[in-house]
Amino acid sequence: MEITDKMVAKTATKLSADEIQRGKVLSVKWTPKLKYAWDNGPAIGRYLAELKNGKIIAKKCDKCHRIMIPPRMFCELCWVPTGEWVYVKDTGIVNTWVVSYVDWKAGRLDIKGGVRPFTPAVIEIDGASKGMGILHHLNEVDPWKITRGMKVKAVWKPAEERTGAITDIKYFKPIK
Amino acid sequence: MSKRVAIIGIGTTGFRATTPDVSYRELTYEAAMKAYLDAGVEPKDIGSFVSTAEDFFEGYSIADEYSPDQVGAVLRPIYTVPGDFIQSLASAYMMILSGIGPISVAQGLSKASNMLTLSEMVTFAMDPIYNRPLKESPHAVAAMEMARFMYETGTTREQCAKVVVKNKKNALNNPYAGHSVLINTDYVLNSEVISYPLTQMDISPHSDGAVVVVLAEEETAKALCDKPIWIRGIGWCSDTPGLETRNWGEAIYAQFAAEMAYKMAGIRYPRKEIDFAEINDEFSYKELQHLEAMRICKKGEAGPLTEIGGTEIAGEFPVNTSGGCLGVGNLYELNGGHKVLEVVRQLKGEAGKNQLKNVTTGLAQSWRGVPTTTGTVVILSN
Amino acid sequence: MRRVAIVGAGLTKFYRNVQETPKELAFEATKMALDSCEMKLSDIDCVVHGTAPDAFDGIHMKGEYLSDGSGAYRKPYMRHYVGGGTGVMSPIHGWFHVASGMFDTCLVVAEEKMSSAYPHPAGAFLTIFDHTTEQPLFPTLIWIFAIEMNRFMTTHGYKKEDIALVAVKNKKNALDHPSAQLGAEITVKDVLDSEIMAWPVNRLDISPTSDAAACIVLAAEHVARRVTEKPIWIDGVGWALDSAYWCNRDLYYPDYVEVAARQAYKMAGIKEPSKEIHIAEPYDPFTYKELHHIEGLQLCKRGGSVQMLLDGVTQRTGNLPCCPSGGALGVGNPIAATGLMKVIEIFSQLRGEAGKRQVPGRPTCGLAQAWGDLMQVGTVVVMRS
Repeated sequence: MEITDKMVAKTATKLSADEIQRGKVLSVKWTPKLKYAWDNGPAIGRYLAELKNGKIIAKKCDKCHRIMIPPRMFCELCWVPTGEWVYVKDTGIVNTWVVSYVDWKAGRLDIKGGVRPFTPAVIEIDGASKGMGILHHLNEVDPWKITRGMKVKAVWKPAEERTGAITDIKYFKPIK
Repeated sequence: MSKRVAIIGIGTTGFRATTPDVSYRELTYEAAMKAYLDAGVEPKDIGSFVSTAEDFFEGYSIADEYSPDQVGAVLRPIYTVPGDFIQSLASAYMMILSGIGPISVAQGLSKASNMLTLSEMVTFAMDPIYNRPLKESPHAVAAMEMARFMYETGTTREQCAKVVVKNKKNALNNPYAGHSVLINTDYVLNSEVISYPLTQMDISPHSDGAVVVVLAEEETAKALCDKPIWIRGIGWCSDTPGLETRNWGEAIYAQFAAEMAYKMAGIRYPRKEIDFAEINDEFSYKELQHLEAMRICKKGEAGPLTEIGGTEIAGEFPVNTSGGCLGVGNLYELNGGHKVLEVVRQLKGEAGKNQLKNVTTGLAQSWRGVPTTTGTVVILSN
Repeated sequence: MRRVAIVGAGLTKFYRNVQETPKELAFEATKMALDSCEMKLSDIDCVVHGTAPDAFDGIHMKGEYLSDGSGAYRKPYMRHYVGGGTGVMSPIHGWFHVASGMFDTCLVVAEEKMSSAYPHPAGAFLTIFDHTTEQPLFPTLIWIFAIEMNRFMTTHGYKKEDIALVAVKNKKNALDHPSAQLGAEITVKDVLDSEIMAWPVNRLDISPTSDAAACIVLAAEHVARRVTEKPIWIDGVGWALDSAYWCNRDLYYPDYVEVAARQAYKMAGIKEPSKEIHIAEPYDPFTYKELHHIEGLQLCKRGGSVQMLLDGVTQRTGNLPCCPSGGALGVGNPIAATGLMKVIEIFSQLRGEAGKRQVPGRPTCGLAQAWGDLMQVGTVVVMRS
């Protein structure tokens, strides 16, 4: 039996955003209060603590020898507990990147008004195994001149402002 | 292929009120490692995996993203059941029977301590148009049900309080339990009223923990395991989600889920053919309501049976030798996992001080909590 | 292991800002599906439901809320969830309910009402990222797609103007789909000129927010043959989830789709997918994704998907039509319902019931595929008439 226009037409009623705003149909609103305090465990816990110290730390799997970042207590591929902690550099190369005109709420940035677009990237960290990247922002670079393989370095917050979070690194910028 | 499937390994971290030293990753890894060692398998031997999680409880949208790494399922068939652990177990069971490998795994986790606005989260599950705007607490919903149940069956608050006393006492001898204590019924009845007739002590406090179960089809189970625990019957059912359309006095979901499991297991007289049970007692009265819904007690009989000690460890039909949710802690999605754990321990003779003698068949039953009417039952034999 | 067939299907219209509640949408699709094969709810042994983030509809434990709208009153009911892959996980989940021998019939429902989330459903995607290492950077879903698209393009040297052809093809195909939200005749220039969201992604590279529900009825062989003359067999299923550490993976190629596809092909006895699959519905939430997935599905060699597109192979009149429905780009992308819509498209095509979208020739083997999460999930179903 073919699904036809006629059959489908009566299944849903379209409203416009404006109609909803104006209250053409009755609606209810609810803003949930959802708060969490996540236990980060020994691996991420140490990662954050080292970020506060202005360092980036990784962990090594003794079986596949990957040096992994973010550090983890077990290697997800070999499925064994990981071994030693390894400090890695705060430099890396750009694996891939984006030039974004929108923020997380799909709001448009005022690009015409001179606001710089976001340029998040996956950055492979020097000292970790090849392909081991982290997500972070790029800045102090023309968004349209970013290239794959570009060498970058972390720009840290001053020590007294660091709290033990990924944002202790403000962004990465190209190494001249 | 034979239709028999057994539990060949089980692993847990135990359950306690907080687990600040580990994240969900390490918690699950520990349970999985123990389960695989117990079963004598490695991740590559496993054909399929099922994890149990609800987004708003984990604090992630798409919580299944964070499931494969900890159980060794990277690039393997794994998916998430936002439901009770026993539903995940049912999925893992059905996958073996469908030919997706002879071994499968079910996993569940609770990090309830990380949920700071728990009551708000549970309220967020209520119908957005008809119920939520009333801003009733989830405990009020349970209290309404308790009142109706007591009215329809003649069950008293004292009998419900006895459940609390029994379970928290049983938990004292359970090394995995997080909320054991020795109290009496007066203590329960006089504790702070939360939503009459529910007092603070009638309500299970929450716990963190993880459980992983390994299943195998008959031939593989016999080859790998000395004491396979066979799944004789399994059932699950969802009654109406609407508060307005439900039967408040009876746990119909438990009745249907149990009948489905009994039919599969060929059980006609559960009280005689089953030796003991782990039953959802998230709220004290629930243990009694579920016992009656599953025909283990007749209507109105569960309260009196509890009063005379019939459901104690030394009683005629032991219920919640582990301590139940009241003694171990409410584990939300993982509740079913803890129930299965205890039934398996008993059937394998590994239940320590609370070990029952000469048991061959146990029943694990779970409920998804307020505001749902979804329940699960699994019947295991050694 | 028993043979399982799809015997009926139902689909609602795909709109943004639908008036109906999520339950009502689910009901419409479910009713249509049951009517299509003249079955009643009492003929149904169990129900499975697929729906993606609870954050969209704004209801925790969304599966419970939707259970009655999905026909699951006092039945065994279970929800499954793998993010965007959910829509094609739905028939798989239903499949093993029946293939295991536990049930003879199963209702498979997928529903999504994204419009309920304010200020914009996209905001809900913030919480899919790691709460400690990524959320503080305020990422959005568009970024992760753009990041992957960029990697895909730079690895193979693909050009935006070629990738844009996917939108042109799919939106045009959607003009013939009764449920479609965004059927249109557009050009490559329209795509390239559309608003930059997050380069290399432009607005017309993205499928829209949508609300809809879909449903299929599954039956074991002995029931299927009674119910319909044209049962469509689920001959192969596969699913795989990659590591959550997405920044540690090379995003240019979807391993998770390949692994899932190989599992499904093995089960279906398919050795040369590019020849034996006659028609495909790969998941296309973004233009490049259709190509990315076609490569993962082994329907062409790595790096060969753009040429396949340029050669017209994936048009409805081509040798391997892809997204004849119009896909997510043309019909709409209410996550879980999209995947099931794709399954329904293959079902309709294999039965010769796809109306104006019917592809020439007589396809007897088709596949539907969905993707999800942090570039992690592949779910594949192979169907035969």
